[in-house]
Parts: sequence; C-alpha cells; structure tokens
Amino acid sequence: MRYAMAIDTKKCVGCSDCVVACQTENNVPIGYCRDWVIEATTGTYPDLSLEFRSERCNHCSNAPCVRCCPTEASHVVNGGIVLVDHNECIGCKACIESCPYDARFVHPEGYVDKCTFCIHRVEKGENPACVNVCPTKCMYFGDTDDSNSEISKILKKRKWKTLIPEAGTDPNIYYLI
Amino acid sequence: MIEELIVSGRMNPEIDPHLHAWPWYVPTDLFLAALVAGILIFSAFLTLHGKENEFPAAVKRAPLFAPFLLGIALLLLFLDLSHKLYFWQLYTNIRWESPMSWGSWTYLFITPLSVLWAAIHIQDVFPNLDLKFSWLKESIEWLKTYKKVLAGIIILLAITLGMYTGILLSAFNARPLWNSAILGPLFLTSGLTTATAVVLLLKPNEKEERRFIVLMLIFAGIQIFLLIHMIMGYLAGTQVHIEAARLLLGGEYTTSFWVFAFGFGLVLPVVLQLLKLNGSKIPVTVPAVLIIVGGLLLRLIIVEAGQASRWLY
Ligand code: SF4
Ligand code: SF4
Repeated sequence: MRYAMAIDTKKCVGCSDCVVACQTENNVPIGYCRDWVIEATTGTYPDLSLEFRSERCNHCSNAPCVRCCPTEASHVVNGGIVLVDHNECIGCKACIESCPYDARFVHPEGYVDKCTFCIHRVEKGENPACVNVCPTKCMYFGDTDDSNSEISKILKKRKWKTLIPEAGTDPNIYYLI
Repeated sequence: MIEELIVSGRMNPEIDPHLHAWPWYVPTDLFLAALVAGILIFSAFLTLHGKENEFPAAVKRAPLFAPFLLGIALLLLFLDLSHKLYFWQLYTNIRWESPMSWGSWTYLFITPLSVLWAAIHIQDVFPNLDLKFSWLKESIEWLKTYKKVLAGIIILLAITLGMYTGILLSAFNARPLWNSAILGPLFLTSGLTTATAVVLLLKPNEKEERRFIVLMLIFAGIQIFLLIHMIMGYLAGTQVHIEAARLLLGGEYTTSFWVFAFGFGLVLPVVLQLLKLNGSKIPVTVPAVLIIVGGLLLRLIIVEAGQASRWLY
C-alpha cells in the first residue's frame, strides 16, 4: 500500500480552505500551518502563467527527515505515511533542516510537527480533511499501489509533476498539470 | 529566460521567509567541538611519539581546557533542543544514518575520556596541587600506565568528532551550501588550525612556539585550499549549487565571509605569522586570536548562509 495525493492545479483556485480545514481538524496552533497554498507566476511579461498549489509534506518514499532523525521519532508507518512521535522527538530540528520542501516546523510545545495525511481519519477509511473540504474537488487521495483506485486512474489519465524530484526524495504528492 | 515569482501562504516561524531553525548555538557548538578535537589530536599524537616534554603547552596545558570546552558545547546543544525533557531519547537509539545520532554518541565517549586525559596532566601543570584523596592519586598513577592506549582511542574519537562537525551539515542534501563532501575535512582542518592558536596562547617554549607557528601555517594553508576548492565545486555543480555559492559571491554573506572569516580570520594571521618567522616582532597572541575568532565566524556564516540556500522551485 502506498498512500498518495494528487492535486489538480487546473482546478485549484487558491481559496486556502484546505489550510483552514487542516488547522481545525488537527488543532494546529494559531500562526502555524501544516499545509499552505502558493501562487507561482512563471514566464516573462506578457507571457505569464499562474499556478496555484496546495502544498504539504510529500510523505517521501526516500525521506531524508526519517534518515537524519537521531531518535527514530520521525518514522514511516503502513502506507508510507511519515509521522513524528511527539514523545520521542527531542527537538533537535535536524529533520527541519533536511526537508527540501520546508514542510516541518517546531510546535509551540517543543516537538516537531507536520502533515500526517490525517492518519486518524485515513485509518477509518475517510479522506484527509483537506481533501474532503476542497470546494472545487481538486484533490484525490488514495493508494497508488492499487491500480483500480481513483488516484491511480487519474495519474494514468492526466499529466503530472512532483516538486523538485531531483532532490531524490521520491515525493508522493502529485500535481496534475 | 523563465522567471518564477512565488507568493506563499505559509508563515511558519523560523521557516519563513527563510529557514532559521538553528540559531547561533549550533555553529558555536560545532566550532568548540572541532577545536577540542584539534587540541586532543595534537596532545595524543605527540604523546604517542614520546614528545611530552618537548611540547608541554600542546601535550599538557591545552588538554586541561578540553573538558570545559566540551561541557559548553554540550550545554549549547542541549539549549538548542526545543523538546528538552526528552533529550535522553538520543541515547536509547543508535542510528548510523543520522550524523546527529553518531555525533551525540561520540560526545558521550569523548567527554569522560577528555576528563581522564586532563587528569593525567593536571599535576604536571600544577605541581603544587594537592589532590587530597589518596585513591585519586593512585587512580591517576594507574591511568598513566595506560597513557598510550588512551592516546590512541582519543585520536580516533577526536577525528570522528572533528569530522562530525562538518558531516552533520554536509549530509543535508536539502541545503545546497552545506551539501559538499569537503565540509567534513574543512571543519576538521579548521579545528586543527584553531587548536594551534590555543597552544600558541598557552606560553609554549621557544621551540614549541616555532613548531606550532609552522603547523598553523600548514593547516591554515590547507583550509584556504579546501575553502576555494569547495566554492569551485559549487560553481561547477548544478543550478542550485551555483545559486548557493552566489550567497558568498556577491550575495548577502559576501562581506562577512571574505572580509572577516577569510581575510581577518585566515589570510591576515597567515601573513603575520610569516612575518614573525622572518624576524618581525609581532606578538603571537594577535594571529592566534584572529585564527580563533575566524574559526568561529566561519561556522556562524556557513550555518546561517546554508539555511538561506535552498532548492529552486
Ligand atoms: S516532505 Fe519533508 S517532511 Fe515530508 S517526508 Fe519529505 S522530507 Fe520528510
Ligand atoms: S526534531 Fe525530533 S523528529 Fe526531528 S530529527 Fe530531531 S528528534 Fe527527530
């Protein structure tokens, strides 16, 4: 099993509902976020193109944050979800330095925090909160090892990219382009 | 040319607008650890070669500072942890893939050994010191019989410690400015250079002073070579490495790096020492202090600039 997310950049309008849904669902403290939206304007005037991307931890298959963690607080669970065990994290921040996507932060209580793919919901067969709340339904979550899953089908049908694949992290958030 | 302008909705503290997760504690710790590594390497190496009496400042006096400097380094590491009460988790795991893990294990072994090494030499430095307890005197005498074995172990651990200070950073592929295999040898060499400076500050005899000035020149020379080699490596690398090098070549950290860390912290003391070897009356404290401050600045700038370097997307 390999959980992944596909996000349609053609449908995303940058409303940040996914950000608010995550903050509410996971009690993310004010001033912090586990997911965020960026607007990337590419090209040279007047030939410009705009892309909205909802970004978060990529739950990398080759996760440097897990490799560099001295305590095994950062670990991989079933389905490839990368988690942080709060009671094992010493707050050395090596994982923050190691993540090329800057997806982690220090929670005000001291441990390192980041997106969990809403594992508490996924274990019950539900989608992560951000996926559920998206008003344009631009996010797909599922198992890419299952060729019949919705996400596998959409990845076969559409063109996609991942973020900085050249960093060698083998990310699992796909952006449909 | 394609240009990309990114407006991000993410505002996490210490992450945006650019990463600043490691403040001054970490580079200062790296500086102290490499300095102690250098001090212990010289002391143990000269002991193994039976040169204790020829080089009293390097073999006997300098190592007395090692436990204190390591203590400060460990304290800084501890202060940097944001989840301090759980620090013991470091020692319930051994993770070879994590430089942070093997670095902390190296600290665990080298710190008590540095105390033993200092204990062996304390009476040579302070002959009138009364150790009060007879068991303490006897233990130190017993330890002295194993001096060479201890010296061998200390050299190995000290090299590991010195290399760790660079590898900790170079293992992070995510920060292009740190991602160079040269950083390990560079920081170890810098540790040796700063250690020669400490020896020169501890009133060496005439022969020892001359030898350590030459050693300082050799290690500072290697350091200059490695630094230039590292930057050339970035410039010959990928776009992200070129961008990273630009932070030091015209970017935000250019002046602090080239004028202070490189100019005042490396080139100037080399010139002063060369003049001194040729008969000028320059007090040895001036180049020695410059080298020590330069070593600290090098770590502060590399850690700070490294966090400002990133992958482009
Ligand atoms: S995105 Fe960053 S935090 Fe998430 S798994 Fe990859 S390296 Fe780790
Ligand atoms: S901050 Fe916590 S999760 Fe991150 S590397 Fe250190 S111990 Fe592991």
